[in-house]
Amino acid sequence: MIFNEKAECMDVSSLADVQSERLKRTVKTVWEQSPFYRGKLNGMGVSCGDIRSIEDIVKLPFTVKDDLREHYPFDLFARPLRDIRELHVTSGTTGNPIVVGYSQEDIDLWSEVIARSLCCAGALPGDMIQVAYGYGLFTGGLGLHYGSLKLGLTVIPCSSGQTKRQLRILQDFKPRVLACTPSYALYMAEVARETGFPAQELGWKIGIFGAEPWSEAMRKEIEQQWGMSAIDIYGLSEIIGPGVACECHCKKGLHIAADVFYPEVIDPKTLKQVPASCPGELVLTPLTKTGMPLIRYRTRDIVNIDYTPCACGRTSPRISKILGRTDDMIIVRGINVFPSQIEEVLLAVEGTEPHYQLVVERGKGGLDTLEVLVELKESFFSDEIKYLQNFEQRISREIESVLGIGVKVRLVEPKTIERSEGKAKRIIDKRSL
Amino acid sequence: MKITQLSVFLENKKGRLYEAAQVLGDAGIDIKALTIAESEEFGVLRIVVDKPDTALDALKEKGFVASITDIVAAEVSDRPGGLAAILKVLSDNQINLEYMYAFVEKTADNAIVVFRFDDPDQAITMLKENGIRVLGKKEIQGL
Repeated sequence: MIFNEKAECMDVSSLADVQSERLKRTVKTVWEQSPFYRGKLNGMGVSCGDIRSIEDIVKLPFTVKDDLREHYPFDLFARPLRDIRELHVTSGTTGNPIVVGYSQEDIDLWSEVIARSLCCAGALPGDMIQVAYGYGLFTGGLGLHYGSLKLGLTVIPCSSGQTKRQLRILQDFKPRVLACTPSYALYMAEVARETGFPAQELGWKIGIFGAEPWSEAMRKEIEQQWGMSAIDIYGLSEIIGPGVACECHCKKGLHIAADVFYPEVIDPKTLKQVPASCPGELVLTPLTKTGMPLIRYRTRDIVNIDYTPCACGRTSPRISKILGRTDDMIIVRGINVFPSQIEEVLLAVEGTEPHYQLVVERGKGGLDTLEVLVELKESFFSDEIKYLQNFEQRISREIESVLGIGVKVRLVEPKTIERSEGKAKRIIDKRSL
Repeated sequence: MKITQLSVFLENKKGRLYEAAQVLGDAGIDIKALTIAESEEFGVLRIVVDKPDTALDALKEKGFVASITDIVAAEVSDRPGGLAAILKVLSDNQINLEYMYAFVEKTADNAIVVFRFDDPDQAITMLKENGIRVLGKKEIQGL
């Protein structure tokens, strides 16, 4: 089922018209309501009249995360505070957190795009959904909640954690749909295994996973463990939260709600748009938001966009799975390393669990070392040291062939790498740069 | 005549060997022989105990990775050249030895050494043919 056929299956030229109209209105709004943007536009010598169609978006300034930090808490709101219905906060590792404000129209928009996403994933009105994203300041829980209500699902607002209770609810209520982070889905599978829970038999049929990057290999693992179809949903609090884009059953990219979130892909160095289907940093402009409109927000997520129509009937462009993050990426000896690359390797090597941690250190003499901690699967333990060492070497060779730099693999005991009920902590960077 | 060795994976971190020993102690396990093989990053504790199944369960219960291996225990005359004599038998017969270590206990005037072979059955036959006494599980428990 397509939730909003008019919006999701619009022909290309009508979509451009809608985007152009909405962009003009948004620029006018920020010009009138936001001293921050009026200042930026003035600084670039751009006025509202210069923006006549969606192509003119390249004349507009970018917005970055630090802009939001610097205007903490409410200075980027374009509405009086009394018209803001909900606030969400994302923690930053440095400096101020980021606050996002939703007007009633924004909450309605959020519900709409999540309802579209749920349908995209295969949920139908009348289905029951277990929302195991955290509820609270994090946008995952409430976002999925609002969208589920909009679509007409029965919501179980479990939030994350209390895994045994999650499984009990699954067993007793039999919800068809699960929403949580992909690492939590794997964690729950592990608990299910330990407690003898028949995961494949009683598992959810559809899983909607987001809030952290995950690989195709991880999808296979989740689908096999739970006997479900695992769907990737994308979003970020600054734009609205989850629901910016979501895969359909074809799993050939995530349909982006381009009538309300205009996507561009840029080269993070030159800041110019890259040719179609080339990877680059995703830049998003919400076209209808009123509480905290943003212009050309740099997501730091690396994707590419496919503008060809999808077999599911939707014409909305599709972004790839997140190929990496410009800020999660670690640079080791000049090489860009994404945790997802290591994960792909581990899932392909028999005898390892997809639980790993990367430790980067600056050695004596200034050379960076990358150590990969890998949990040993019990069935692969041997009394012979040389067997275990060969096993370590095999993994490091596989990783080296993917990354192109030497790594040190260290086998650790099962369940010693910290599990997360939210986002997994994959990188420990001990370099003081 | 094979006996059972317990192997335990130990991450190279403070107190991990102590924790393993504590688990065995709490389970009332008597350690008859032990050795530790180590790499830079981890070790493998290899032990012969009186109740291997109980010990294995206790360790797994506490989250250790452990497994069981068949090994051969043989008597070695406790005098200079005693070990060389037994190794000569193995060497002359092209029997591949992975590793070996000695027991804490003795039988009368003989030391006991345990061997890990690729093919323990073949090794046992060869040792016996050469007049070397191989010890069974019961004898080990009774030490």
